[in-house]
Parts: sequence; structure tokens; C-alpha cells
Amino acid sequence: MTDTAVSLPKPRSELGEIFHHLVRDPLGLAGLIIVTLIVASALFAPWIAPYDPVAMNIPDRLQGPNLAHLMGTDQLGRDTFSRVIWGGRVALQVALPTIAGAIAIGLVLGMIAGYGPKWLDNLIVLFFDTVRSFPTVMFALAVVALVGPSLNTVILVIMVTSIPTYGRVVRTLTQSLKEAEFITAEKSLGASTARIMFIHIVPNVLGPLAVLAAMDIPTVVGLEAGLSFLGMGVKPPTPSWGSLLNDGYSLIRNTPWIIIAGGIPLILTTLGFTFLGEALRDVVDPKLRGKGGK
Amino acid sequence: MLTYILRRLGLAAVITVLAVTLLFLIIHMIPGDPISTMLGPKASPEMRAALEARMGLDKPLIAQIGLFFANMLRGDLGMDVFSNRPVTTIVLGQIPYTLTLILVSILWSAVLGIALGCYSAVNRNSLGDRLTGVLSVSVIAVPAFVVSLYSLLLFAVKLQWFPAIGAGEPGDWGDQLHHLVLPSLAIGLSWVGYIARLVRASMLEVMGEGHVRTARAFGLPERRITFGYALRLAILPTVTVIGVGMGFLLSAAVFTEIVFSRPGLGKLVIDSITTRNYPVVMGSVLFSTLIFVASTTLADIINAILDPRIRAGK
Repeated sequence: MTDTAVSLPKPRSELGEIFHHLVRDPLGLAGLIIVTLIVASALFAPWIAPYDPVAMNIPDRLQGPNLAHLMGTDQLGRDTFSRVIWGGRVALQVALPTIAGAIAIGLVLGMIAGYGPKWLDNLIVLFFDTVRSFPTVMFALAVVALVGPSLNTVILVIMVTSIPTYGRVVRTLTQSLKEAEFITAEKSLGASTARIMFIHIVPNVLGPLAVLAAMDIPTVVGLEAGLSFLGMGVKPPTPSWGSLLNDGYSLIRNTPWIIIAGGIPLILTTLGFTFLGEALRDVVDPKLRGKGGK
Repeated sequence: MLTYILRRLGLAAVITVLAVTLLFLIIHMIPGDPISTMLGPKASPEMRAALEARMGLDKPLIAQIGLFFANMLRGDLGMDVFSNRPVTTIVLGQIPYTLTLILVSILWSAVLGIALGCYSAVNRNSLGDRLTGVLSVSVIAVPAFVVSLYSLLLFAVKLQWFPAIGAGEPGDWGDQLHHLVLPSLAIGLSWVGYIARLVRASMLEVMGEGHVRTARAFGLPERRITFGYALRLAILPTVTVIGVGMGFLLSAAVFTEIVFSRPGLGKLVIDSITTRNYPVVMGSVLFSTLIFVASTTLADIINAILDPRIRAGK
């Protein structure tokens, strides 16, 4: 470490390099495979799922796993495996816009706080601390109580409460970058603030943000599933991992298979993205070690 | 020290005021009004006006916020729409259940997590260390409400070792404890792995630091170095994480209470949403925010007491 900027992530032109490192790390490879499987099964759900996820077939109701129904059926004879595959779509539909939105807003606010005047910095940090003081689920429930259950509500609430996670990291990174020699040099050449922000700071904070996002996806997916489990997310009969668990919960004394099937994708998602995030962190910035997670 | 505590308490107060105001504003900004939600579509204009006046919704926004704070300071959060009991009484009646559940969960997982992390750090790269590492990641990966459902299925429905419903007979400690086992397992499980990893990492970091090397050079027994010097500092991040993690704990408690039909804040909120008992929902959210702010503040203060460097840095 010769100066403050050396530990910063590699520029984007080295994406291939990052991929190469990820694949060589067994944990990273495992994560990559699990994540690819989940994303692919969600994207290609119509072709992978053997049955229509909402089609009822009463004569086949409450079956255990068999060759025709890999994970059995529910009380309406719907195929659980097909519902699990389609449920992945809802999970990604919520996770991607939520995290993209939180990153975008967190990036802008974090850069302003880190680069702007002290009073603005204080103000934004106070905003972050305030938003962080809401327990997410409680807050989401309060909003749902008002506007009624919907996926958009879930997306909006989780997005707002996730902003501080990204904003704080961007702020810290921007602060240390601000003092870096290459920024000083750029400034003395007369570069505008906008140029410094978007050409120099943004590419340098994207790496750590990607790591955080990978770690954050399971949390968001879990929240969506949890809220749908409580009946505050997707509306029936749309299949989601959470509503699947809810069906299984009410049928717990009739069949164990729906609960077992509903929990597995959630566990796999968490495992896959956590592995990927940790491997990515080791590649992008070894200094972030031990800072991710909860 | 006192200055630090006072400053931290001041910040907590500011954040609480801002959080409550923000909560209030968001509720007012989002489409949909509580009156329609509460009364349903068939409400007559007179009924609407009466309820609006009773909840103070006919006054300008600033006046409403002011009134809200004034009432809050007097401990008045409005009346339950159905039973006409004060919201404060209802919510306060449920908080002990939730807090007991959270405290028991975090207590067993912290004890086990710190022990495992400490063992891992001392026996670095041994088989036990690797095993702990794999186990930690595996348990972190299971969301609390999935553990709730799986353990309900296995231990309550199939094996019938533990009860599936409720919090136990009031006054009967053994019965209450019996009812706490599965819910606290569900909430605490991922924390064991998380704390174990955290303690291991910070322990290894601390053990490489100058003052520990000095202690070793002075010939202090290894046991004293591990527990007296390294562990004391290595626990600090755990305290912070538990404080900040209170939000996650509260969220996990909501799901767990529903799954096990336990009384508590989470069950209260969900029941109130289904019956459109709007003031009770708001009161519960408010109290859980207060608990969260209090716990992060407490964690910071405990950290400052344990680690002189934090005080000096401020």
C-alpha cells in the first residue's frame, strides 16, 4: 500500500479478469452455478415448468413427490415444482428493481455526501440514520396496511430502507477518493465536478457496490417471500416462494412436502448469492473482508 | 465518557423525532386514506367526518404532527377502533412477549457463536475450524421464517417434542420455556453462524496486534491472552452487530410469532391489519422503531465503555 487509492477495485475493462478469478475460487464457482441455475429457471420458467402453475387438477390433490409431480401437489392439485420454478420470477421481479433503485439513489446521495459541503454531508447522513431506524418488516406492514397488499408496495418499501446500506459505503469511498492524487491532478487541470464524479468516482465505487448487492439480494428475496407468506405481497393465485410456504403452512398437518419445497429455493438463493458475494469481495477488494452480511 | 454518552443520546433523540415525522409524512403522502381503509367503501359521509375528527385528520398537516408529538409525549397514541382501549396499553401488553423471544434468541446464539468463533480462531485451520466455517455459512443461509416452518414441521407436528402454538401458561415458567424453544431456535440459528464468523475474524485480527504480541512477549499465559485481551476486543463488533441487527431480529420475530401463533408485536400488527385496526398498526410500528433506536444507541454506548479508543476518537 503506497497511497490511499491503491486498494480500490479494478476498472471495468477487467471484467473478464474478475470472472476468471471467480471461477477459480471453488466457493465463487459454486455460487456462480447456483445463481445461474436460479436465474435461468426463472427466465425460462414457461419452458422448464412441466405444468401450468395455476392450473387446478382436483383428482391429483395433495400428492407426495412422484414421477408425474416431482414435488407433489397442493390442495387444488397444482404442481408444486412448477410453482417453485415460476416463484423464482416473482423473487427476481422484486429483487432486481429494488436493488437497482437503492443503488442508484444511494450512489447519488452517497457521492453528494462524500464530495459536497459538510452541512449537506451531515444532513444526508442524518437521513440515512433515520431511514435505517425503521425495522423494515414493521415499516412495510404499516404501508401495506394503508395501501393494501401489492408487489409494488413491497418493492418501494424495501428500496427506500435499503438506500442507506449503499449510500454509506459510497460516501466513505468518495471521501477517501476525494483526497487521492489523481483526483487532485484532475481538479488542477480544471475538470468539472460532474466529470470527476461520473468519470472517476463512479467506476471506482461500482466494485464494492456489486459485492454489497450480491449479499443484499438474499435479504430482499427473503423479505418478499416473508411478506407474501404473511399475505402482504403477491396476490393469489400468483405463485411465489412465500405464498407457497403459506399454502404449506395451512396444510402442515396434511402434507409436509409443500413447506419443504417452498423453503429449498430460498435456502439455495441465499447460499448462492452469499458464496458469489464473498468470492467477488475477495477479488474486488480484499479490504472489505468481514464487512458484508446482515 | 459522560460527554460521549450525552451526545449519543442526543443523536438518538433527533433520529427518533425525524423517524416519527418521516413515518407520519409517508403515511400521509401515499395514496389511500386510513378512513376508507378502516370504514370500508360503504361508509356514510357522516361516519367519515366523525372518524376524521376523532383522529384529528381534519386539521392541517403541521397541526396534526404537533398534536401527534404532544400526544405521544403524554403516552397517548389514540384509541383502538374496536375495543376503545388506549393503543399504548395494548401495544405495551404485547412488547414483553416479543422482547423475551428476541433476548432469549440472541442470548443463546451469542454464547454459542462466541464460543465457536473463539475456538475457531485459537485452533485456526484445524478440522474443527473448517467444520465450524462450513456450518456457519450453511445456517446463515436459512431465513428465520424458513427455519420456523421447518422446525414446526419436524419438532412440533411430526415428532411432537415441542408445542406448536402459543406462549405457554402464564405463571408456569417451565411451560413458557418449553414454548420458547422452537421460536428462539428459528430466530437465533443464523446468528450463531454469523457471530461465530465475526468473532473468529476479529479475534484473528486482534491477536496479530501489538498489545497482544507484547503480552505474549511478557510471558503471560496463553489462556489469559485469549480471554483477557483478545476476546474482550473481539467481542466489540458483535455488540455493534447485535445492536444494529435489532431491526432484523424484530422482523424475524414478526414471522416467528405468526408461524407459532405466539402473542407479541408481530402477531398484533398482522391481526390489526386484517381487522383494519389502523391506530394499533401505527402504534406497534412506532414502538418497534423506538426499540430499534434504543438498541443501536445502547450498543454504541456499550462499545464506548468497552473500548477506550472509540471515546477518544469522538
